[in-house]
Amino acid sequence: MAATQVRGQRIPRLDAPAKVTGRAKYTYDVDQTSDPRLKGMLYGAILRSRLPRARIRRIDTSKAEKMPGVRAVMSLVGEGAEVQYAGEALAAVAAETWEQAKDALSAIEVEYEPLPFEVDTDRAYEKGLRSSPRVERRGRGEDGFDEADVVVEATYRTPVQIHTPLETHGSVVVWTGPSQVVVYDSTQVLFSVRDSLARELNLPPENVQVICEYMGGGFGSKLWMQHYTPIAARLSRKAGAPVKLMLSREEDFLATGNNPDAVQTIRIGAKKDGTFVAFSRRSYGTGGVGGGADLPAPVYRFPHLYLEHVDVTTNAGPAAPLRAPKWPQAAFGVDSAIDELAAKLGMDPVELRIKNDPSEIRRKEWQIGAERIGWKEKWRPWGSHKGVLRRGLGCGASAWGGGGGPGSVAEVEIFRDGSVVVRLGTQDIGTGTKTVVGIAAADGLGLTPEFLRSDQFRVYIGDTRLGRSGGSGGSTTAASVYPAVYDAADKALARLKEFVAKKLGVPADRLVSQGGRIFDKQNPTKGLTWGEATRLLPTEAISQRGEWRPGMTGSGVAGCQFAEVEVDTETGIVRVVKVVAVHDCGAVINRLTAESQVIGGVTQGISFALLEGRLMDWQTGLMINADLENYKLAGAFEVPEIDVVLLDMPERGVIGLGEPPIIPTAAAIANAVANALGVRVRELPITPDKVLKALGKVPS
Amino acid sequence: MRSFEYAKPSSVKSVLSLLGRSFEQAKVLAGGVDLLGEMKEGIISPKRVVNLKGVKDLYRLDFSEKDGLTLGALVTLTQIESHPTIIARYRALAEGAHSVATPQIRNMSTIGGNLCQRPRCWYYRHHDINCLKKGGRLCFAYNGENKYHAILGGGPCYIVHPSDCAPPLIAFDSSVTLASPRGERSLSLEDFFVLPSQRMDHETVLEPDEIVTFIKVPAPPKGTGSAYVKIREKQSFDFALVGCAAVVRMEGGVCRQARIVLAGVAPIPWRSREAEEVLEGKAITEEIAEKAGQAAVAKAEPLAQNAYKIPMTVAAVKRAILRAAGQT
Repeated sequence: MAATQVRGQRIPRLDAPAKVTGRAKYTYDVDQTSDPRLKGMLYGAILRSRLPRARIRRIDTSKAEKMPGVRAVMSLVGEGAEVQYAGEALAAVAAETWEQAKDALSAIEVEYEPLPFEVDTDRAYEKGLRSSPRVERRGRGEDGFDEADVVVEATYRTPVQIHTPLETHGSVVVWTGPSQVVVYDSTQVLFSVRDSLARELNLPPENVQVICEYMGGGFGSKLWMQHYTPIAARLSRKAGAPVKLMLSREEDFLATGNNPDAVQTIRIGAKKDGTFVAFSRRSYGTGGVGGGADLPAPVYRFPHLYLEHVDVTTNAGPAAPLRAPKWPQAAFGVDSAIDELAAKLGMDPVELRIKNDPSEIRRKEWQIGAERIGWKEKWRPWGSHKGVLRRGLGCGASAWGGGGGPGSVAEVEIFRDGSVVVRLGTQDIGTGTKTVVGIAAADGLGLTPEFLRSDQFRVYIGDTRLGRSGGSGGSTTAASVYPAVYDAADKALARLKEFVAKKLGVPADRLVSQGGRIFDKQNPTKGLTWGEATRLLPTEAISQRGEWRPGMTGSGVAGCQFAEVEVDTETGIVRVVKVVAVHDCGAVINRLTAESQVIGGVTQGISFALLEGRLMDWQTGLMINADLENYKLAGAFEVPEIDVVLLDMPERGVIGLGEPPIIPTAAAIANAVANALGVRVRELPITPDKVLKALGKVPS
Repeated sequence: MRSFEYAKPSSVKSVLSLLGRSFEQAKVLAGGVDLLGEMKEGIISPKRVVNLKGVKDLYRLDFSEKDGLTLGALVTLTQIESHPTIIARYRALAEGAHSVATPQIRNMSTIGGNLCQRPRCWYYRHHDINCLKKGGRLCFAYNGENKYHAILGGGPCYIVHPSDCAPPLIAFDSSVTLASPRGERSLSLEDFFVLPSQRMDHETVLEPDEIVTFIKVPAPPKGTGSAYVKIREKQSFDFALVGCAAVVRMEGGVCRQARIVLAGVAPIPWRSREAEEVLEGKAITEEIAEKAGQAAVAKAEPLAQNAYKIPMTVAAVKRAILRAAGQT
């Protein structure tokens, strides 16, 4: 990397003006005013099962077909098919207005034969609706507990969480030729949507163009082509008109993925001095009609380990990865149990963690975090807090991969007038990828932050017509795209340098581009400004492609968080006072958006700790809080002071940061609540009813 | 949402002429905050929607020492929470209005709509569940998810009344004026609300062709203090788990009169005479306030998941009384 860089500075998002002024068009916004090809656009809607499990005896769309404005109707299930959860797609329509489409849905006649169902994880487990146990053993497994002086055991519960992206899922499809289709999709993975849809429609992939310039979040639930995209494409082909099919909030809740719940019984054994000896966890959870409720192993050092997991099947929509999938619930279990052990040993929980933490980076982070939250001054043992309002401190750990890899093809073009265009078919899921792409190009070319913000610098992403790139999942985007763009920029600069070298009479390898000038590193006064240099180009523009280079990225991040809470012991209300979040992500590319990732992760972690949770009614098998009133998400008043400490470690290269900051938040908050109260709430969300119950104030 | 006929008349009389003999025939639109939600969710599908907002009289908001406060049905919650006289003389009402939802919603919400809003019960609000309140045969909350449901006055339906403005208004002894083709009637706001055991299809005495026109709140006598305490799960915006409006009139350090009205615990705004009796004739101390709270929940009959509302109600009552008496 060049000596002076844009990397590591605070660069406002390149698309911030477009977003705050509303010029940015999300999938939900596109219509013929943003794309004339969408003239005559129809509205698609999907009829979904009203029952949690049923056989479809009859499905009759004939009335719907005759409704005003209806242009296409299709059944998605055959007669005799069995539906497995409420919200499963049964039929779809396209009509001239959204209201007509909804009316047409209610004219589709479905005769259900109700079948027995189960939506409750515990009951399903007891009924045997479960997989055989998956076991992982290290050292002597559970036998290792015989080496322990002290053992703690407890059961921890976390609910099913829903992704709730601000922009609901959906696609807008237009056929631009008999075998050419353009799809606007709110997606985390442009090229996989393109390839999957091409397969479904039996088209060559290059005949499918997928566009997602702006998107309102996905958190893992938009990481592959979902059902509505091919439905919209088929409706569109049938109707001979573009179709917009955006899901409602309720459909998002029911049918686009969820984060499985977990019931974990954890045992930890340790020596008297606090050295961890053995860990065991028996867990089960439901990914609805899919699986995937398994949990990762703890990040601490345990010579003996036993993990056993069972997936439970219930009549609810299938699971999907949600921001650091399953790590927050695992951390909640492990870090809660460690605090219970610390209390039993009479040890300071931070010291106990440092003693058993194999990560050198995280051991340093524990110390930084403890200092920033004022641990030494403020922390008092469990049960020593008195009064109506009680404060407490707690902490938790995170770990993540976040490495990148090959698969991106970036293009950097330098024009004779000095302007620079960068192109890459990645997507910005709200993390600031467009800005990262820009910073990589600016760094490769030796340009300044001011240039980055000028009209002369343009970045294009979010379109499969651009160079191929991977999905945005697993916090891999930054470490995948930065090297590819940097490589393209570096190669383009090398070509520009040839012309400058000839002009200055200096060998090209002695030229340096920095701060908007290209100069002789042996004689820095001898040089050209960027504009003077580009005017030397013999053609209108030069262009170079770049690919991921090894050596610019790393993998494996640590991280820890500390929370201070205040609990009202009369009302049970928990207020998070402050969170200190200490994270590393190798080389910090953009301090501003990196901090924003941490703030977002902590906020979502607070929401998981205190508010969120899907509620299925056992009587009807229906989700009764599939709305943002009763499925509660943290709002402005739930977000406390968040002190973000980012370790910049350029020597480790670029590493992703999107997911790790959500991992330790709930654990830290739960531990802080337990510290404040002297009693522990072992089930998320930590709502007032559970706090009052833990305090023994609820009559039984 | 089904298509409907829409009317925007300019007088109460023409509003009434457009209403029908059943709630299915016509619904009144004011702020639309609750009505449009119900229509969009497919909970109700009125044939006609009559917009009140063309009726100028109903925007009235005035105060005199003699007549007290008059609130037209269309006065918004934002107006109430920011009105200097209401803040100074009817603090519990200003606090109740302020505690509702978000600023955007309070800009739209009317006081008439706040009193007439339908329950938030998730079974009632689910388009595929036909509960007792919607004419079905079962209250699903009784054996189902009932953490937000009633601990007092419940049965056979266990909704809670969602209004944060009704409890303070009742505590200030308000009356409500209703208009129908049969004329006007005026009744105490306390008597405006009815329990599910008396009426299932609505939470008030309103007939389908009847509307709320005005709310009158007497001027509080000298020595009156008040407060509204709302306890909610989510602080950014949420309905009350428990709310308590307290209005106390103090004389020589002794409580002469007290009104305690609860939100979030019963199918109607729940006046607790038991709590009031504890206070009357006593100096207000933390101990007495707590005792009043205990009295308020003495007859509570919690469901499987909502017994936590008992200690929470005690806390809300205690805090509201102490604040009303100027002690915190």
